Amino acid sequence: MTELRKRGGGTDRVTKTSSDKEADVEDRHVLPGEAGVDVEGDSESKADSPDVPLSTADNTPQFLNNAVEGLNPRWKNWWIRGVLSLVMISAFFMMIYLGTVMLILVVMSIQIKCFQEIIEIGYRVYHSYELPWFRSLSWYFLICVNYFFYGETLAEYFGALVQREEPLQFLVRYHRFISFAFYLAGFCMFVLSLVKKHYRLQFYMFAWTHVTLLIVVTQSHLVIQNLFEGMIWFLVPVSIVICNDIMAYLFGFFFGRTPLIKLSPKKTWEGFIGGFFGTLVFGFILAYLLAQFQYFVCPVEYNSETNRFTAECEPSDIFVVHEYTLPFAIQNIVQWKTVNLYPFQIHSVALSTFGSLIGPFGGFFASGFKRAFKIKDFADTIPGHGGIMDRFDCQYLMATFTHVYIASFIRGPNPSKVLQQLLLLQPEQQLSIFNILRDRLRNRGILPPAVVEAI
Amino acid sequence: MTELRHRGTTDNELQHQQSDDKGSENESKTEKGGASDSETKPDSALPEVPVPADDTPEVLNKALSGLSSRWKNWWVRGILTLAMILFFFIIIYMGPMVLMMIVLCVQIKCFQEIIHIGYSVYHSYHLPWFRTLSWYFLLCVNYFFYGETVTDYFSNLVQREEPLRILSKYHRLISFALYLTGFCMFVLSLVKKHYRLQFYMFGWTHVTLLIVVTQSHLIIHNLFEGMIWFIVPISCVICNDIMAYMFGFFFGRTPLIKLSPKKTWEGFIGGFFSTVVFGILLSYVMSGYSFFVCPVEFNSDRNSFEVDCEPSDLFQLQDYSLPDALQSLTGWPTVRLYPFQIHSIALAAFASLMGPFGGFFASGFKRAFKIKDFADTIPGHGGIMDRFDCQYLMATFVNVYIASFIRGPNPAKVVQQLLALRLDQQLNIFNSLKTHLTERGLLEEVA
Repeated sequence: MTELRKRGGGTDRVTKTSSDKEADVEDRHVLPGEAGVDVEGDSESKADSPDVPLSTADNTPQFLNNAVEGLNPRWKNWWIRGVLSLVMISAFFMMIYLGTVMLILVVMSIQIKCFQEIIEIGYRVYHSYELPWFRSLSWYFLICVNYFFYGETLAEYFGALVQREEPLQFLVRYHRFISFAFYLAGFCMFVLSLVKKHYRLQFYMFAWTHVTLLIVVTQSHLVIQNLFEGMIWFLVPVSIVICNDIMAYLFGFFFGRTPLIKLSPKKTWEGFIGGFFGTLVFGFILAYLLAQFQYFVCPVEYNSETNRFTAECEPSDIFVVHEYTLPFAIQNIVQWKTVNLYPFQIHSVALSTFGSLIGPFGGFFASGFKRAFKIKDFADTIPGHGGIMDRFDCQYLMATFTHVYIASFIRGPNPSKVLQQLLLLQPEQQLSIFNILRDRLRNRGILPPAVVEAI
Repeated sequence: MTELRHRGTTDNELQHQQSDDKGSENESKTEKGGASDSETKPDSALPEVPVPADDTPEVLNKALSGLSSRWKNWWVRGILTLAMILFFFIIIYMGPMVLMMIVLCVQIKCFQEIIHIGYSVYHSYHLPWFRTLSWYFLLCVNYFFYGETVTDYFSNLVQREEPLRILSKYHRLISFALYLTGFCMFVLSLVKKHYRLQFYMFGWTHVTLLIVVTQSHLIIHNLFEGMIWFIVPISCVICNDIMAYMFGFFFGRTPLIKLSPKKTWEGFIGGFFSTVVFGILLSYVMSGYSFFVCPVEFNSDRNSFEVDCEPSDLFQLQDYSLPDALQSLTGWPTVRLYPFQIHSIALAAFASLMGPFGGFFASGFKRAFKIKDFADTIPGHGGIMDRFDCQYLMATFVNVYIASFIRGPNPAKVVQQLLALRLDQQLNIFNSLKTHLTERGLLEEVA
């Protein structure tokens, strides 16, 4: 969404392109040597900077073009972006409606697309299309890392299903070993594929692939783990980041005056602060709305009988309305003594704060990256907005933060994982733990005394 | 240890080596022209890391002044090799605590060497903040990993001390906050003319952290399982290096891989078999002592590490009946082995087959960045990284091997997690466990 905010004063996209070009030319003047830079390592031909040949041709669908033909270019651009924004938001709602499986598939598709976009950029930067094997190796590493992560997730959440099927049990038990073996095979293939003139290029691409995997794939798995906690833990953070983008843009558009950071010259302090407060309020309200529905609030579980995901449960404490007494200062203003809130709304304040303060840094990072490699957008997938990465650049840190937040403040250990570990222990250990547990439950009065006698 | 193997058979290795390298460098200079990424050097200067002057200590120089250069070099390397092996024994003797500190020091030195190469390659000494940021990220990641380890193994100690308890409860959040601070500092430090350089160094730092720091923590995990899980893998890799070198020296004829032209198939296969034999013998010798075999535990009363336990099944002698083929060869019907020796065959096989790939990777890296050694910390051998390049995959492999084949989950930890659950979840688990145990016949239902 960096593109969105850059259009602070509603300048024409074409003008923007030319001003970007000016910036590029400026950069080129200032660093004459940098032109030589892009002869990375061992390729022999190109002497100038790797202008990623983005299709400057307009790739908006024809019917949209027809619809907005009459208007002048500035408004046409606005409309296209607006329409696409609405389309994306509707798609988002539809996927939520379709349920967990769909969401997981969509997260995975986005991950693959982001990975592909970044790797494409790496190829262009290093002119390494003709490197043998490298495309295959990048995709292979993607599959390995996904296999590893999905295996860990599945083993945790699908414990019952896994226990039933023999081959799955084997895969789960030796999962790390198998994943490591796959990764090693890729590593050996990389070493064997080193070609004399292209060592440096190949090492660069290797590192590029690994850093991309680190950023994109781990984040997407954290997103899925958040999803399993309850769809609300997926929806609220993602919505907060989107809302922050839009709010900061609107505030910047109407009130923007003081530049925020040299890296993104169209961002303003007014937009930043306005976005912060707007997002706080939005997050608060959204949390209130969503916390009422079991569909959003309950941990996703896999029902092995019906072979589906269900989200049905007794909502936990944080999704039950509590009364909070307001501090005196606010009591005087508002004349209410207490207020009924979901505890989750208070957590949402923390999430909103993070999304507004640190989320933009993800955007700055992506802007810096694009400037460093002289590209305007990550790709061209969405007309008017750029690539998938352009839309998701602010989301990255958010997913990790939400995951860490849940692990630290909300969630205790995962029961199915504990059960799975229990079943892996030696029988004597299982028996002794059984006895400990039985005594504990009896002390708490959950079990009537002397239900079962051990041998 | 790639350096060791490079000195295959011939005369005056030092000069031969240098002229070889210079030859290939000159070749590539004329081919490529301009691989440097800095904005100031306009010409085709390759980022040659300045080759160090001979820095062997004076005492050695004097002792060897009489011999010819070739033998002098041999002697220097030999003496340093023995010194390193002796040092290894001393730290093993001193116990787990010292070992952990040594691992930490080696990790820091390796990190510094690789980052230094990055600076040299990218001429980025004058980049603002970057040195600080690299060290800061190193600290963050170490804090994260050490915190996880400490929480696992020192749970008693941690539960007692209030500040430690808070640190451990919110450990991930604190680590993430520290990392984020570094991330934000990086973003704020982006300077207009140096974006690309800064991103490169950021990527370089992260990949180095991924390789060096995670491996060193896996080594420490292995160490906690029992010092034998630390000593045997490392010794197998060292032995493989030395044996492959010897075999290559005496019998080497067929080149192994274009990347390292002095390595030979004879060395590779000879190294494989001798490492397996060495591994079996070493594990036989070590399995007898509880000092090596027992998991390292922290005794909170005495505030020290202890290795005292009943050795597990793995380290008890058992009788194995030999297959008939071997029986007729050796005339023994059964053989007494520690089960661990069989595992050591797997470890030795991995060290011999995959360890060299770590070495090839490091060779490729050095060729890619036109450096001869990672650094010159050790006279005659290069930097610490040169010695440890084959160890990397080994540490991960041992850790994965232990997790998959040896160690089950830690029962104390499982109980702790179990008792932290909600009561209804505990009840569910209780019922599942009851069903499971009843099926296995360990429990009898009493009506």
